[in-house]
Amino acid sequence: MREMISQKVAAIKPSGIRKFFDIVSEMKDAISLGVGEPDFDTPWHIRDEGIYAFERGKTFYTSNAGLKELRIEISNYLKRHQGLEYCPDNEILVTVGGSEAIDVGLRAVINPGDEVIIPQPSYVSYEPCAILAGAKPVIVNLKAENEFRLTPGELLNAVSDKTKVLILPYPNNPTGAIMEADDLERIARIIIEKDILVMSDEIYAALTYKNKHISIASVDGMQERTILINGFSKAYAMTGWRLGYACAPKEIIKQMTKIHQFAIMCAPTTSQYAAIEALKNGDSDVAAMCQSYNQRRRYLMNAFRQMGLECFEPYGAFYVFPCIKEFGMTSEEFATKFLQEEKVAVVPGTAFGECGEGYLRISYAYSLDNLKLAIERLEKFITRLRNNK
Amino acid sequence: MREELLSIVEKNSRIDFSELAVLLGVTEEAVLDEISKLEKEGIICGYHTLINWEKTSIEKVTALIEVKVTPQRGRGFDNMAERIYNYPEVKAVYLISGGYDLLVILEEKTLKEIANFVSDKLSTLDSVLSTATHFILKKYKDHGTILNKSVKDEREVITP
Repeated sequence: MREMISQKVAAIKPSGIRKFFDIVSEMKDAISLGVGEPDFDTPWHIRDEGIYAFERGKTFYTSNAGLKELRIEISNYLKRHQGLEYCPDNEILVTVGGSEAIDVGLRAVINPGDEVIIPQPSYVSYEPCAILAGAKPVIVNLKAENEFRLTPGELLNAVSDKTKVLILPYPNNPTGAIMEADDLERIARIIIEKDILVMSDEIYAALTYKNKHISIASVDGMQERTILINGFSKAYAMTGWRLGYACAPKEIIKQMTKIHQFAIMCAPTTSQYAAIEALKNGDSDVAAMCQSYNQRRRYLMNAFRQMGLECFEPYGAFYVFPCIKEFGMTSEEFATKFLQEEKVAVVPGTAFGECGEGYLRISYAYSLDNLKLAIERLEKFITRLRNNK
Repeated sequence: MREELLSIVEKNSRIDFSELAVLLGVTEEAVLDEISKLEKEGIICGYHTLINWEKTSIEKVTALIEVKVTPQRGRGFDNMAERIYNYPEVKAVYLISGGYDLLVILEEKTLKEIANFVSDKLSTLDSVLSTATHFILKKYKDHGTILNKSVKDEREVITP
């Protein structure tokens, strides 16, 4: 039989997380700090609206771009929280999670041979999606000394005359890093000068612990060259509803809608009705969850300080990214040993790019009691490692 | 910090000061200071424990009693409320808008004791016009806590 598999797909490495997942799944009594989704249930009033949508028989396709009312509420939300103006008619596309928006957004703008700059450590989808879209990924290795922010120097080094898109993943999964106003302005100047696009993945925008999140789209001259991605998964604890959105200039949204139309048709209808309720009446839920995450974040940072475990202070998402270089093991070795000996699952930093070597992603989307138990074991584990040296 | 502190201790009054300080990102002294202020100002009124008595072998009967009263000149409902809340078996008294005036929550060991309280003590008060007693059959949620809830993490153990 001849080779049936696409060479392009076959060449893509499977997610590093998957491999670790298989090891963890076999351990029945392990506690996990490895999850990239909120521990909260979707607030009841939002779920109730989903149930109500079913009851009313809202079980059909919606328009390709998503319910008009939802796009209006997304527009209102972005104005209310980030001062952005997006037209609900032609600048917003409702997608199946932020993930679909990443895929469709890249496919809509990439020509063969275009380069996409991807700062890492970052979410696992950017590189494969760029490759599938026909682009050449150009990786920027972010540094702990810069708190994993993208610096103008790093960007300039990566830019070539083939650069088409910069992926800007802040607040960041897995590092918890953020970009502040002056960081963004310095990056924006280069973007404009080099005439490239930005795909700004702001799925964690609602979860910041220093200042309110600022979108690069709000920097002068940037909205016209930004594909903004956001969604409901992280802010409203709605991961399973599979709902996100992209906002971009209408020329780009038009092409994205075309792909979305043929590949997906429309985002889940029930989820769209529930999301309207989330945007209308969910601000206080998000604030309460954000406060709770912040308490856990402070708890972990304090625990690391007491253990003498090196970790820069992250101000976004729900991850901390401690450094484990002092133990002379790779991230994967550390994570595997920690899992085997103390039955706690954390994700090796390398799952998010090679430069994640020497780091671990620890999620604090867990109750304080759960975190305390895990920290107790981590302390035991590293004390043992230090004593054996 | 006051609001955040209150929302933490409202859910967990046993939390110690050093942990509170960490969660709030302030010093332990600041926490101590704020709590003693909150107690002095009567904002924190107690540190109670939520008990699901149904799971014990101890019998308890709880009743909600709607009470209509004649307000008294100069004192409104306060005087009546005081006469009722001074009974130790009365767990709560609220002034209510709408169809009746006072809502009294009463806890006793038996139905008969509740009946006696209503007929002998409550109804005989001069200003009480009428009462309606409702017995609680089952508590599903109390003080914001769902009783009998088993917590299970439905998430996959590792996700990106």
